[in-house]
Amino acid sequence: MIDLLINVSGVILIAAIIWWFWLSSVKAKTIDNSQLIEILVEDGVYSPARIEVSANQKFTLRFLRKDASPCAEKVLFEGLDKNLILPLEQPVEIELSLPTSGEYVFTCEMQMYRGSLLVKDSD
Amino acid sequence: MTVKHFSIGGMSCAGCVAGVEKVLEGVAGVESSAVNFSEHTADVEGSFATEDLINAVKDAGYEASLLQSEEDTAEKEAAEFEHYRNLLKKSLVAALIGVPLFILGMSGLLPDLNTTQGQIIWFLIGLATAFVLWFSGGHFYTGAWKAFKNHNANMDTLIALGTGTAWIFSMVITIYPDLVPALARHAYFEAAAIIIALINFGSALEMRARGKTSEAIKRLIGLQPKTARVVRDGKEVDVAISKVGLDETVRVRPGEKIPLDGVIVDGHSSIDESMLTGEPLPVEKKLGDDVVGGTMNKSGTFLFQAKRVGSETALAQIIALVRKAQNSKPAIGKLADKISAIFVPTVLIIAVITFLLWFNFAPGLVAEEMRISYALVTTMTVLIIACPCALGLATPISIMVGVGKAAEFGVLIRNGEALQTAGKLNTVVMDKTGTITNGQPSVTSVINYGEWQQEDVLMFAGSIEKGSEHPLAEAIVNAADEKNITLFDSQNFSAVVGHGVTAIIDGHQVLLGNAALMQKNNIDFEQAEAEAQSLAEQAQTPMYLAVDQQLAGIISVADLIKEDSARAIKALHRLGIKVVMLTGDNKHTAKAVAEQLSIDEYFAEVLPEDKEQKVALLQSQGNVVGMVGDGINDAPALARADVGFAIGTGTDVAIESADVTLMRGSLLGVVDAIAISKATVRNIKQNLFGAFVYNGLGIPVAAGILFPLMGILLNPMIAGAAMAMSSVTVVSNANRLRWFRSAEMTK
Repeated sequence: MIDLLINVSGVILIAAIIWWFWLSSVKAKTIDNSQLIEILVEDGVYSPARIEVSANQKFTLRFLRKDASPCAEKVLFEGLDKNLILPLEQPVEIELSLPTSGEYVFTCEMQMYRGSLLVKDSD
Repeated sequence: MTVKHFSIGGMSCAGCVAGVEKVLEGVAGVESSAVNFSEHTADVEGSFATEDLINAVKDAGYEASLLQSEEDTAEKEAAEFEHYRNLLKKSLVAALIGVPLFILGMSGLLPDLNTTQGQIIWFLIGLATAFVLWFSGGHFYTGAWKAFKNHNANMDTLIALGTGTAWIFSMVITIYPDLVPALARHAYFEAAAIIIALINFGSALEMRARGKTSEAIKRLIGLQPKTARVVRDGKEVDVAISKVGLDETVRVRPGEKIPLDGVIVDGHSSIDESMLTGEPLPVEKKLGDDVVGGTMNKSGTFLFQAKRVGSETALAQIIALVRKAQNSKPAIGKLADKISAIFVPTVLIIAVITFLLWFNFAPGLVAEEMRISYALVTTMTVLIIACPCALGLATPISIMVGVGKAAEFGVLIRNGEALQTAGKLNTVVMDKTGTITNGQPSVTSVINYGEWQQEDVLMFAGSIEKGSEHPLAEAIVNAADEKNITLFDSQNFSAVVGHGVTAIIDGHQVLLGNAALMQKNNIDFEQAEAEAQSLAEQAQTPMYLAVDQQLAGIISVADLIKEDSARAIKALHRLGIKVVMLTGDNKHTAKAVAEQLSIDEYFAEVLPEDKEQKVALLQSQGNVVGMVGDGINDAPALARADVGFAIGTGTDVAIESADVTLMRGSLLGVVDAIAISKATVRNIKQNLFGAFVYNGLGIPVAAGILFPLMGILLNPMIAGAAMAMSSVTVVSNANRLRWFRSAEMTK
């Protein structure tokens, strides 16, 4: 009985890992009129990590790095050919306007810090 | 007093500038401010609180954030050193508890968990280990939890799960030993503590090693002087570099760095440009010559007019280009990126499968009571040994060092893709004029006949060519000037197209030109024909001179081959690269140069617009082609080539125009660029191979794949040590590129 319980738990755990990390995602923070969003770089995550913006909308990301680990020093924007160097405790801004809808990922250079920009077609 | 650099948001028009400056200067401690509308930035000088200033700007309806200040580097280094010390302290505390526990355990001095007294002692050990996990490993748990909430998993997740599982299992069997069979009652507190100690220690080592990888960019940033001595209202005043305006006059004294790019308007000097171009010899600069910010004035005092300031200076552009290139990744690193993105959840799944396999199938291998222990130890080991960092770091860390090192030799590589392709080149095409040769013809020999001396030959030739703008004429006039020969004005000057020139000089009828001109004027030049033919075969252009219907001499002009072209071509051959020359010159000259330099193939009489076609032709034959040429005139051919090398002298090259920009005029820069690209790509491959092999072998071994065959099971503490060292190894391997030597240094 215990054997069955442990095996079933294991299978459920695998399914949960797949679902949690690959099939579901955290609710995105939407940029409205503020056009500026502050992203905290701390404890292995960007907060917020998912940001929703409209296509062709100009917006500014302001990164504030609190994590002294060198891993957190850079943010690379995949597919946008842009990157930032984040000094500790000093905000660094990047202004963007993305014309095409889709998901644009930004990560640290080791891909452990991960965030994404969800660009929706503007109505 | 410091200058801080702010980003200012919300300025909609140039009219806002004055308003923002007024707000800035109203903040306590601010001495002065300068707002740049086009860049939306402000430089603020004084002793003030950054927060006060940001709040004041916000209150006025704008946005402000600190971008950088003069103290940045020192602050950053201090913060990093503090973090490094903190990691070592955490590692030491964890080791102080973990190591004695490990030694006592191995010596059999720890009590049995099956007694009440033993349970109490183990419970206290568990509490001490909990302190270690909180004090030394707390950041792993916070990071793992925050990542989990964001549907993300990172290295912290693996460490937190590995050590957390060990601690929870150990605490559970300490309090409720009957939950597992007697044989399986083994606590893993020491493993959790030692793993935390090792990983913190590894992170500290990695941090030190990583500091060295960015030395090149730090050195470039360090070249920028902080102030300039500007002449204002007849007085020389020290001004922050960001406040020097265009066309302002700046004084530079011996031994000082030149603060900005400009043109010398008074004085002359010898300037060391090696820090930017890699050119070891100082360059003489006089009135009207360009000077470049960041280079060193050696001897004279001079004034120059600032022509490029702020982000427009050559140094600022070089720093921006190097930074951008250091952050780009070549295709070779893309696979590692894809794997990194799914790595941690995959390892979590493997860990669960490992647990289930041991739980279900271990009874065939070990006593049934022990299966839970084996399942737990192998799961923990899988979680601990997996290292996404080594994989993620493998490419960017080598690019960082390689691109930085190349910049030290005056080789600017635009991105990771160019670096990867440069390492694959098998053919390098180069333009002759200005690339292989100096691009400026000079007189190579003067032969006299009859009653005339060599000085007379130069005098007549120089006098007749005086005033002409043809490069060959210029060479002859320069040669006469160098020998202090007085030149006469010409009379009845006539240019005979395709033949030469004629004129009356000092009462003599003078002809200067080719054989056709001599024949046309019935001059007997038979005695000089063999000499002229020999000169032509040596890639020189001989001209006959006749005075008063008699042959007077031959004057020969050539575009001399650069001093190190031959050595560069030999070095390219050693790298297994075929060298092809393109030239607009005739076949004789092309052949002579090609033979002299052992060039493998040449195309003569190539029109500038046909260079691109020649590159395409070589590509169609299956070659990976690099093209070396002038960044502006050869732009189409550079763009067509797999890698375009823009060659220049000094910093006057357009650094955005090619895949690779060579700051000095020497072809040795091409050799350096290719050699360092090959070395960097090789380094990336070593790193990727190491990271893939480490994870690809480490994870199955940790899962116990060798146990059924050889009885080998990995200790989780060894897995922790291996994991900690894997990133350090990758960074240290990349750091080996710092010892790369340029072709210039190996002569």
